[in-house]
Amino acid sequence: MSKNKTTAANESPAELAADVLDERLIRHEGLGGAVRAFFQRVRGGDLGSLPVVIGLVLIWAIFQILNQNFLSSNNLVDLTMQSAATGTIAIGVVLVLLIAQIDLSIGSISGLAAAILAVGMTQLGWPIWLAVIVALLAAIAIGLLYGILYTRFGVPTFVITLAGLLAVLGLQLKILGPNGSINLPYESWIVQLGTSMFFPPWAAYALAIIAALGMFFSDWFRSRRRVRAGLTGNSVTLMFIKAGLLLALLLVAVWYLATTRGVGVMFALFVAFVVIMNFFLTRTRWGRAVYAVGGNVEAARRAGIKVNRIVISVLMLGTLFAAIGGLFATGRLTAATLSSGGGDTNLVAIAAAVIGGTSLFGGRGSAYSALLGIFVIQSISNGLSLLNLDSSIRYMITGAVLLLAVIIDALSRRSRATHGQA
Amino acid sequence: MTMEAPLAEQPTLQREPVLSLRGISKNFGAVQALTDVDMDIFAGEVVAIVGDNGAGKSTLVKILAGVHGPDAGTIMFDGRRVTIPSPAAARALGLAIVFQDLSLCDNLDVVSNLFLGREVSDFTLNEEEMEKHSWTLLRQLSAKIPSVRIAVASLSGGQRQTVAIARSLIGDPQVVILDEPTAALGVAQTAEVLNLIENLRERGLGVVLISHNMADVQAVADRVVVLRLGRNNGDFRIPEVSYEEIISAITGATDNAVTRRATAHGTHEGSDS
Ligand SMILES: Nc1ncnc2c1ncn2[C@@H]1O[C@H](COP(=O)(O)OP(=O)(O)OP(=O)(O)O)[C@@H](O)[C@H]1O
Ligand SMILES: [Mg+2]
Repeated sequence: MSKNKTTAANESPAELAADVLDERLIRHEGLGGAVRAFFQRVRGGDLGSLPVVIGLVLIWAIFQILNQNFLSSNNLVDLTMQSAATGTIAIGVVLVLLIAQIDLSIGSISGLAAAILAVGMTQLGWPIWLAVIVALLAAIAIGLLYGILYTRFGVPTFVITLAGLLAVLGLQLKILGPNGSINLPYESWIVQLGTSMFFPPWAAYALAIIAALGMFFSDWFRSRRRVRAGLTGNSVTLMFIKAGLLLALLLVAVWYLATTRGVGVMFALFVAFVVIMNFFLTRTRWGRAVYAVGGNVEAARRAGIKVNRIVISVLMLGTLFAAIGGLFATGRLTAATLSSGGGDTNLVAIAAAVIGGTSLFGGRGSAYSALLGIFVIQSISNGLSLLNLDSSIRYMITGAVLLLAVIIDALSRRSRATHGQA
Repeated sequence: MTMEAPLAEQPTLQREPVLSLRGISKNFGAVQALTDVDMDIFAGEVVAIVGDNGAGKSTLVKILAGVHGPDAGTIMFDGRRVTIPSPAAARALGLAIVFQDLSLCDNLDVVSNLFLGREVSDFTLNEEEMEKHSWTLLRQLSAKIPSVRIAVASLSGGQRQTVAIARSLIGDPQVVILDEPTAALGVAQTAEVLNLIENLRERGLGVVLISHNMADVQAVADRVVVLRLGRNNGDFRIPEVSYEEIISAITGATDNAVTRRATAHGTHEGSDS
């Protein structure tokens, strides 16, 4: 030990930032460095959202070749509106998968929310906001119950939520009553939200600019804090390019969608939920704990993380997002029926999260997987219906894509293992 | 048995142990894992706990870690009588434990692992402060880790062990307990960890080292406590004890004849001690 107890380590940043002192560290500077670092990560099995983005581009290209209407503004607006409901449910799925659990009852819960909303609005004469709140509270209570059952009795969530699937479905049918179908008044804002509420172009452009500025300043402030802490900052050019690309992408998208109906408020809400959850996952202690619980529960527990609380909070968020998605779907379909949240809702939401790059093994993934994954699935389903192919083919193709996503997940896991990043 | 001052540089003969166990017993159903175990740990001292498989070493660690509660006995920390009901309580006292299986989250980077459960945060995480502190800490330990922003899974065994040990130091503990820290390591990485242990001692911490490897124990420990079948079976100062004496305490051959024979045998062959 040459320099134990000395404080020499604190004095070095004057010459070189603390994080680049080790000569073995491969340094990536500037734009070229960033590109190289990216390829190195990909080769190491850290694929991130790359496979989905490539897949999405391929799918869009194929459908556009098969049907000229696929990339039309009108169809893309449809695509965004179709994605919002199940995509919101998928946000909850991402959270639950991150702690290496699963919720199989999300479909039933979205159906229950639909039933509560419809009955509350039409038969009980509640104002919409009250019906919405009751529906959301019911969902949160179910999530809490799951959490308590899991943490108290240690029954796998797979089984708890399978029981929940049936029980909640029963509750949904009971609430809907003998008719089995309740139409919502068309003028109500929840239906408007689902069908015809769009941002005026100026507002959509403003949101796009705010998003890009937000990203730039968040990067910039972080870089400044790093420099102040004696670490390397990021290149301002790179930050400009990143924010500029995002801005260009958003502006083009808004402009193109605005040539017909524009950006749906419901879709914007979905994207906002994704961004908010991403913030909580990456920037707060709670988010860090979620990843830790998914990565190694025992380590998390020994580190003093209150694992039970994290699990319960995540299961509650899972059912909450399922209910919000259910309300979106009800608004879009203008009715709550026996089959609300039934059929393939469950599996599509779970598939979206997995296709979007959230690992089934826990601890890996991001809120953005819900957005990307639901785009992939909805693009396939939308494209196939443009081609007048029925749902039999749609199911088979979606199944194949899901299988592909799971294989990519397993392969990248193996690749991480061989590159020593298991 | 009576203790002398464990370190030569210590001016006074009488020192208060920082951690002191008296009469610790623990049974799991029919298995009496620990019976009446006594132990003292002083600051600036490395104490090795050795014993055969099932001797109760890990059980003792888990009692100190707040994983199990003892059935009987007292734990004194810094002269105060304490109970350790949870892992968080152990940390709060100033007892840091590096478990045999490391307990790192492979999916998180080095900084996140170091600060897991005690992140610096004011609503949002203060990543810069944590990263800065991580570098300072790793340098103080002369750790060889190229980047603190790579996933822990991509580190070598010795580097992972370093992270686990560094993590135990966050929050300035007084006693660090390491359960078989070198069990899965190669020669060079074992040496690295042994250096780290000496580094901890030089920082004035009390260090408890659990190991089956007598070479490691003799290399870094000042004192060795032997457990056998859940009971104390010897407490030796390393410079004054031979390899054979430790082995016979572990295996239970402590009666005079056997010890004498073992010692005689050892001197006859001119062995290491
Ligand atoms: N959770 C438990 N439940 C029941 N018995 C246990 C439990 N933990 C330990 N034991 C028993 O207590 C005894 C001591 O075990 P312990 O793990 O402390 O041994 P050890 O000295 O660490 O052994 P090793 O060198 O193999 O790690 C063993 O007989 C073991 O079977
Ligand atoms: Mg053990």
